[in-house]
Amino acid sequence: MVENNRWGNFFAHVILILGVAIVVFPVYVAIIASTHPPGTFVRGVMPLWPGTNAWENYTTAITEGRSRAGTPPIGGMMWNSFIMAMAITIGKLSISIISAFAIVYFRFPGRIFFFWIIFLTLMLPVEVRIVPTFQVVADFGMLNSFAGLSIPLIASATATFLFRQFFMTVPEELMEAARVDGAGPMKFFKDILLPLSITNIAALFVIMFIYGWNQYLWPLLITTDPDYYTIVMGIQRMVTGGDSEPLWHLVMATVVLAALPPVLVILFMQRLFVKGLTETEK
Amino acid sequence: MASITMDNLCKVYIGGVKAVSDVNLDIADGEMIVLVGPSGCGKSTLLRMVAGLETISDGTLKIGDRVVNNLEPADRDIAMVFQNYALYPHMTVFNNLAYGLKNRGFKKAEIDRRVREAAQMLEIGQFLDRKPRQLSGGQRQRVAMGRALVREPAAFLFDEPLSNLDAKLRVQMRVEIRQLQKRLRTTSLYVTHDQLEALTMADRLVVLNAGRIEQVGTPMELYSRPATTFVAGFIGSPAMNMLPAEYLKTLVSADDLAHLPQSADLIGIRPEDLSLAPPKEGEMALTGELMLLEPAGAESHLHLKLAGLKDIFVARLPQVPDVSEGTALTFSLRRDQLHPFDSASGQRVA
Amino acid sequence: MQTKRMTFSRSWLPYALLAPQVIITLIFFIWPSFQALRQSVYRQGDAFGIRPPQFVWFQNFQALFADPLYLNSLKVTAVFAIGTTLLSMSVALLFAVMVNRMIRSRDTYTTFLVWPYAIAPAIAGVLWWFIFNPSIGIMPYMLDMVGYNWNHRRDGNDAMIMVIIASAWRQISYNFLFFLAGLAAIPQSLIEAAAIDGASRMKRFWTIVFPLLSPITFFLLVINIVYAMFDTFGVIHATTEGGPAQATNILVYKVYRDGFVNLNFGSSAAQSVVLMGIVIVLTVIQFRYIERRVNY
Repeated sequence: MVENNRWGNFFAHVILILGVAIVVFPVYVAIIASTHPPGTFVRGVMPLWPGTNAWENYTTAITEGRSRAGTPPIGGMMWNSFIMAMAITIGKLSISIISAFAIVYFRFPGRIFFFWIIFLTLMLPVEVRIVPTFQVVADFGMLNSFAGLSIPLIASATATFLFRQFFMTVPEELMEAARVDGAGPMKFFKDILLPLSITNIAALFVIMFIYGWNQYLWPLLITTDPDYYTIVMGIQRMVTGGDSEPLWHLVMATVVLAALPPVLVILFMQRLFVKGLTETEK
Repeated sequence: MASITMDNLCKVYIGGVKAVSDVNLDIADGEMIVLVGPSGCGKSTLLRMVAGLETISDGTLKIGDRVVNNLEPADRDIAMVFQNYALYPHMTVFNNLAYGLKNRGFKKAEIDRRVREAAQMLEIGQFLDRKPRQLSGGQRQRVAMGRALVREPAAFLFDEPLSNLDAKLRVQMRVEIRQLQKRLRTTSLYVTHDQLEALTMADRLVVLNAGRIEQVGTPMELYSRPATTFVAGFIGSPAMNMLPAEYLKTLVSADDLAHLPQSADLIGIRPEDLSLAPPKEGEMALTGELMLLEPAGAESHLHLKLAGLKDIFVARLPQVPDVSEGTALTFSLRRDQLHPFDSASGQRVA
Repeated sequence: MQTKRMTFSRSWLPYALLAPQVIITLIFFIWPSFQALRQSVYRQGDAFGIRPPQFVWFQNFQALFADPLYLNSLKVTAVFAIGTTLLSMSVALLFAVMVNRMIRSRDTYTTFLVWPYAIAPAIAGVLWWFIFNPSIGIMPYMLDMVGYNWNHRRDGNDAMIMVIIASAWRQISYNFLFFLAGLAAIPQSLIEAAAIDGASRMKRFWTIVFPLLSPITFFLLVINIVYAMFDTFGVIHATTEGGPAQATNILVYKVYRDGFVNLNFGSSAAQSVVLMGIVIVLTVIQFRYIERRVNY
């Protein structure tokens, strides 16, 4: 019997609903915790039903943060995260689409050599060369700046590969027709290739934005000025900033705010996200 | 409008593969030339060399009086229709037609006039606002044609433009392209692998084989006097029967072959030159056993076994005869319809 | 390498187009990596310039592999990477197989299972850290009812379990999407043929579906190990900080501690070089796979 039977389906639904519950649970408790007053967390077990303090907690988090422990207000950190994520995303997309264009549509001495240089970046994540990369950025005077937060992260082999892959599937005749029609390389790029790449650009945009927003180690290294803290790394300061137990109600409000933008991006652009994810990695 | 002159054109790929060797061809102004040959014979490469999409390794190419060897495709005053049409998928039909004119800096009114004129000629006026993916195969083909028309170029280049269409549409478009070309009198170079398309459309036909020209001539010249065994086998359907002269001598009387030169050791016989009527004056007789009768409505193909010959011998009759498989049939054939070849060189000898 | 059959020829343009990418790569990737290689064979000088840096051959590496703390970190990383990979992949495969049966509810389940990917590893760490908090967390409370005394602040095993769950949680989404795509690509006719050949549902899964998924499984294996080894820095740093007693001190965290907190650049550089070696091996495996695609 190849068709699904009714009991099998019922069983599958039970497993999936349990699975979804487990997957959703951590975020559920975070949302719940962010609605309770600080006193709730002193003793006993964490609450599982909403409290009444949501408004106070979120306004405190957004406007004040934990100023005494050196954590700036969340509002500013979210803005910093947004700027960094956008700079990384737009930077990555633009430099990789033009380099893929060069690699696919031109033949020139050193092409393979440059291809390998770009390819190498795929092999060496920031995490394995922390200290020397930090030194380079420090030498350029880019500590505590948006340039320092974004530029070192915008070289991307992944995006270059995706665009290269896609360009290879664009029919050859399209470029030939454009040449017969009198379009030079940059005109072909602007009039034909770029409009055809829109879906790919959008899919990569989703992936790269999440990547940029979620950066942790890099901002941790190069920001010492709270004005440049991003929200994801800022949470760690909130957790370990005090001597005693963390202020859970504020921490969890921050967690919810930090997770919200990328989660919204995924939920609203799920189709593009899936496309971007499965095609970049294959 | 212009003539096209090819003088010793060669194409050698990196690695030494010769795709086109020493092609000499003069195309007159307004002429429709069809390049035909099996796949890999170099016909598309030659066309793309004329378009400027492949570099020319050696020789000179002139369009009109200009040597265009090193000119960009856009500067050669040609327009091309691609096999897969190569329509810009994100642009409307109007913009597909207009793109080349915009790039050349034409005025808006002039672009508009030319696009509408071409659209009317090709009956695609109602599709101007659509995207290519909303069109059928035949309509896309017309848009591809339109893109060439609006340019009013010195020459049209067609790269197997009908091969993506179904059989019925192909016949219809074949007629339309030919009528259009005759009306506009634009010099045209047309590549196809379909010999029927080649015969029906060409003013002159060029048969290419392994990068070389086998023969140039009008369709009827090539059909009635193929210069080589290759052309003989390629033009005409079903293909010409080829019999060794030595073998043929054992079947027919010596008189029948007396008029052929000594060097003719391979004799070609067109299937359609055979008839079931008894031999008359100047005709010879040929007998074989019928293996298979293929009726095709208005005509029929008879697959025959000749005594002592391994290959199947084919005859084509303008009717379906009332004969049964397994019987021996005698055909008549005019002696002057034998095609004598020299098997070593592949050349016709008389 | 493949290109288009016809290309543009413009002498300077391709170089100009490549320049931004290549310059950034050289400055922020190639040069620092080269620096790491160089520093790994030097003993650093002091801050006053009295003792200049000294070339010491492979002493840093010898010291590294003689250091019980580093050997411990290797072991911890292996346990952590394998645990995270197995947990997230097996759960994801289960979910994908179940969702693949569904027709109407397929998209709904997918939506619910996909979004944790958006959550940064550091935040995932904090979330689970909260749930496992020994004094108020819900998990220790429930474990206490079955007689288990959870305390990841003192018990190394508890801490390891916690960071594995936190790291695997987010990765389930990723693996799920790939498994689901892989399952959808298996032709229904194969499964029908197996059914006609008399294979039961379980048997069909293990003899037909699972082998056909093997290219994706292998690909995910590599990706997940890379993730667990390098992208989980935030999980550790925001929660256990390597503790208790080095129990969760994975290699990337140790590189960071030794470089930025203990300021031992020679050792940190040598550790970086070892990590680069591991990344290169994993990447080569991954690319060999992409070329050959374990396939039928």
